[in-house]
Amino acid sequence: MLETPTGGDEALTAVTGAADNQVIAIDNLSLTFQTADGPVHALSDIDLTIGKGEFVSLIGPSGCGKTTLLRVIADLEQPTTGTLLVDGVSPHRARLARAYGYVFQAPALYPWRTIARNVALPLEIMGLSRAERTERVARNLDLVNLAGFERKFPWQLSGGMQQRASIARALAVEPDLLLMDEPFGALDEIVRDHLNEQLLQLWAKTNKTVVFVTHSIPEAVFLSTRIVVMSPRPGRVYDVIDCDLPATRTLDTRETPEFLAIAHRVREGLRAGHSYDD
Amino acid sequence: MRDLVTDFIVNHPLLPILAGLAALMALMLSASGEAGLVIAVPRLVLAALALAGGAAFCLWRSEWAILASAASAHLTAWFLIESLAQLAGAAGAGFWALTIGAWLMAWYLAERLSALEPASAGARRIVNIAVPVLFGVWLLVLWELIVRGAGVPWVLLPPPSQVGVRFAASLDILAADFRQTFMKAVLIGYALGCGAGFVVAVLVDRTPFLRRGLLPVGNMVSALPIIGVAPIMVMWFGFDWPSKAAVVVIMTFFPMLVNTVAGLAAAGKMERDLMHTYAAGYWQSLIKLRLPAALPFIFNALKINSTLALIGAIVAEFFGTPIVGMGFRISTEVGRMNIDMVWAEIAVAALAGSLFYGLVSVIERALTFWHPSYRS
Repeated sequence: MLETPTGGDEALTAVTGAADNQVIAIDNLSLTFQTADGPVHALSDIDLTIGKGEFVSLIGPSGCGKTTLLRVIADLEQPTTGTLLVDGVSPHRARLARAYGYVFQAPALYPWRTIARNVALPLEIMGLSRAERTERVARNLDLVNLAGFERKFPWQLSGGMQQRASIARALAVEPDLLLMDEPFGALDEIVRDHLNEQLLQLWAKTNKTVVFVTHSIPEAVFLSTRIVVMSPRPGRVYDVIDCDLPATRTLDTRETPEFLAIAHRVREGLRAGHSYDD
Repeated sequence: MRDLVTDFIVNHPLLPILAGLAALMALMLSASGEAGLVIAVPRLVLAALALAGGAAFCLWRSEWAILASAASAHLTAWFLIESLAQLAGAAGAGFWALTIGAWLMAWYLAERLSALEPASAGARRIVNIAVPVLFGVWLLVLWELIVRGAGVPWVLLPPPSQVGVRFAASLDILAADFRQTFMKAVLIGYALGCGAGFVVAVLVDRTPFLRRGLLPVGNMVSALPIIGVAPIMVMWFGFDWPSKAAVVVIMTFFPMLVNTVAGLAAAGKMERDLMHTYAAGYWQSLIKLRLPAALPFIFNALKINSTLALIGAIVAEFFGTPIVGMGFRISTEVGRMNIDMVWAEIAVAALAGSLFYGLVSVIERALTFWHPSYRS
């Protein structure tokens, strides 16, 4: 309450001082949408730091602000109060520096471009040379197992392949930070399991920091090093759970007692945080 | 899922039976007051034989019905047209029975052709073209037979053959009119109107005050009656083609403006956010996302305008023009009762308009192949 602007600056210095290992530092962040029905508290007093190389899942029921939080990190929404640093700078500067790759709920591939040219889209905007573009497109399509589909159009591919192409497009920017907003939410469970395994392998290979929004408990436990459980009205962090399963995880990992224990704790958190009055 | 009527027509030889009955009946009816019975007019007898023979063949060998009905319908039509030299203006019941029979046979042919589902793409394309061509040809055949057989005055409706003769004899005049109206007024007006509509749409999209200020004015411009504007344009730009091009500009500007503004808003929120995450500038977003997404809308306007432009240019010529141009020719030849020349100009306009529209459609297909309505 007694915090002065100077105090805020000190806190900011403290955050940047320890920033070597911190990719995202969120401090006392709130966001209120003004709507015709009055203010909606989408995010309230969020404190969260995410270190380099972590895989952090944001999980919660719909309306808990997990997507909004991801969009604030990406500078697609502006917080009402609080501070947020991405790579030690404001989200706006991080966006202009193309510090992150964003994967949306839908593939959002442009139907008039082939798969290769869709992946090349951010590279064209960055002004990379043709040779560099060609090389990066080939490498990243290979990474998501889409080599050979360069000349297909998005609508000629299955939903899972389209989402893989959109991941390749985010990776082609070569960001250290990957923001993923329920990327597999629209896919069936078999495809989803398969892509989860592939994403883990990709993460192990590239050593990127990932922030992953989901509403699936098994998906969150299977992928993450840390799980942030959020609750709605107002959107806030209810629990942060370390997910210390072995680094190499297969679908069988899901049957182990350790996995089930963590999944249980996540479910408890979701249940406790969810208000059932409505 | 074809409907029951079509199914019945294709699978049962009802139409050939009716056509054959018409042929047999015709042999007992009169050809005309002067020429007597049909059996006295050799060409009508041949027509009846061709029709009855085709009908019999269709019943005998159903798998050859397409070839048989095609040969029979067109031979009958040929003999009927030949017989008009003798019967013109006084055709009797026998003539009309044969006309109806030939029409039934052509109908049967069209139904059989439409029901074909060829495996190869090339054959499918031929069938797709053959059916509308057949339809158009038979429209002309019936027009010719009815107008000449019943002796309709040519001032009301000249037969297509007469229009054709006039067309062939006036190629130089038609070509000069086409150059004046289409190549100058229509094309230049179309390019200027569509171009200006597009540029203003981009400006309107960029600047909110223009959207509020200019879009209502654009609405007003579109509501201007062309009949009222054309004489004013003649006063401003003179008698020659520039005044007609100006009318075309006014007619084409607004559809292009409205459609492009709507098209620029067509790109989805996620696609725009994507551009935002890449820190793309206004022009990069415009060229790489919003214009491609707007293409279906822009081509919609280009297609609407391709027909509007021709109408505008022709009507504008009614209000003062040098002594050349399609609109000028139509208005003066009507006054001189040369209706066949008017029809020849209408044919040129229809042909030019269809080709223009078709060309825009072909370009549209090539550029918006990705749109759900064209995906294969």
